[in-house]
Amino acid sequence: MRNQWNKPRGLVLVSALYVLWSIIPVAIAVQFSFNDGRSRSTWQGFSTQWYVGDPADAASVLYDPSLRSALIQSLTLAVLTMLVATPIGVALAIGLARWRGRGAQPSNFLMLFPLVTPEIVMGVALFLVFDNLYDFVPFGTWAQFLGHVTFSISFVVVIVRGRLFAIGRDYEEAAMDLGASPWEAMRRVLLPLLAPALLASFAIVFALSIDDFVISQFLVGPASSVTIPVRLYSGARLAPPPSLNALATVLMVVTIGAIATAGLVYKHLGRRLGGGEDSALETVGRFEI
Amino acid sequence: MPTNLQSAEYDTVGQTRWVWPGFALPGVIWLALLFLVPFYAIFAIAMGRIDPILLRPLPEWNPLYWDPSVFAGVLGDLFGGRTGVVAMRTIAYVFLASALCVLIGYPVAYFVSRRAGRWRWLWLMLILAPFWINYLMRMMSWVNLLSPDGQMNQLLGLFGMTSLPDWLSGQHFVVVLGLVYGYIPFFILPLFAALDRIDDSTLEAARDLGASSSQTFWRVTWPLSRNGVLGGLVIIMLPMFGDYYTPTLLSGSPRTRMIGNTIDQFINQTTSQGAVGAALTIVLMVFVAGLMAYYLITINRATREARR
Repeated sequence: MRNQWNKPRGLVLVSALYVLWSIIPVAIAVQFSFNDGRSRSTWQGFSTQWYVGDPADAASVLYDPSLRSALIQSLTLAVLTMLVATPIGVALAIGLARWRGRGAQPSNFLMLFPLVTPEIVMGVALFLVFDNLYDFVPFGTWAQFLGHVTFSISFVVVIVRGRLFAIGRDYEEAAMDLGASPWEAMRRVLLPLLAPALLASFAIVFALSIDDFVISQFLVGPASSVTIPVRLYSGARLAPPPSLNALATVLMVVTIGAIATAGLVYKHLGRRLGGGEDSALETVGRFEI
Repeated sequence: MPTNLQSAEYDTVGQTRWVWPGFALPGVIWLALLFLVPFYAIFAIAMGRIDPILLRPLPEWNPLYWDPSVFAGVLGDLFGGRTGVVAMRTIAYVFLASALCVLIGYPVAYFVSRRAGRWRWLWLMLILAPFWINYLMRMMSWVNLLSPDGQMNQLLGLFGMTSLPDWLSGQHFVVVLGLVYGYIPFFILPLFAALDRIDDSTLEAARDLGASSSQTFWRVTWPLSRNGVLGGLVIIMLPMFGDYYTPTLLSGSPRTRMIGNTIDQFINQTTSQGAVGAALTIVLMVFVAGLMAYYLITINRATREARR
């Protein structure tokens, strides 16, 4: 009989091949963003010219007007979205977790809906509404910002709600038994306990926004509102120079930074403040609906 | 935990009765104005009229005046017309890609969650890595590799293969593999979480009762992870049915057009056809909602059986 502790060679092989397959193409794309030449398939030596090269050529991410504006647009949108979606989402999560009246159930449904709506449907919906009803909102940054906040809110609610349930109401009630008003209990007990989920939400919303393609593309306006993913989409098939790879690499580094920050903050603060075990993975597991 | 009596008392203290809905209010209003109303706008446009002078669709907000002619035309085209071919192709691509995701993803998720041993954290980082990389960048990387003078052809050239096809124009398998490449991480992660939750003692019990390792897998592990597989499938199939960027980047040919491409074209490119685009979006929505309902019913039944 085969032993349970046998080395699972077949599984190791499949997993190793999968990991290589998933990572090598991207690694090559990153490698060629540092190529000392215009080719994206023949290595000509290391250089950072596609990132910060000469202003005179205007061929690097820093000096090519279209690449630079895409980078600025992506960062602007992500920061704006993060600052607006997180507070709205946190308040919604607290409200939905405690509100027991009529209307709580429908509101909860409304919050879950964006999570299961294919992005293209939301893109079409927002495009049509800005085109026909809210025509005072111009396509471009404003429309993209409103769209990004809309799909981000529900993610914040899911993250914060997990933490809320883990904390429970005991701490708050203890504070009120000791004479705190409901407001004080919230401000001085609940919010500090929620801090990890709050900071994680900031970072996740930033990452969601900067990573978004479909909504940004449906709501794009003037050339200055083209984001990095939209620029990658329109440029990838036109035999672009390695500066496009460099732009994509910058996006990757920024996203990894945001998500790593979220993970570290969540873990660190979560442990220090206590209030229930709740790992980031469980949060992801909740997306199983 | 507070008892019900205590909570009831607590809720009557001060203004708490309207405080909680107040917290939810900004979010609810936002979602009503920027999710529900836009959602309704799809119907208003699909069932609206065409402006006779500007030749652009006009929304009809009152359902009493809805004109179903465009919608009927789209349905006609869907059953027996050109759009029908695109829809069938989309379904075939998505099911094929999803099947490949299960075939490749299950062993990987199983290995990393249950058998990876000491290096589990590293494996986990590696299977999470694609999450941190933009989808468009991952597709662009393949465009690089598969272009006529790209690394793929250089590599095959080393083996003496020279008369190679153009990978990036109208190859069905390239698009399907592209879909697998793009979405498989989103399948692996929820499955990983489901497999990770299985208690080791359950498996040990099966072994103690004399089950072989394959019996243990098929009669314990697999049934316990089936909901994870279904959940992962829903997560990847929802966006795959609406995908239009993968076939555009990896092929761009009408031969590999998916339903998302048709919607994208009618909404973003030829604005006079907005009503057709909106009607197709409704069809897509209904189809996806059907899948979703099937999933929820299955999960419900499974939980009920597990409780019994």
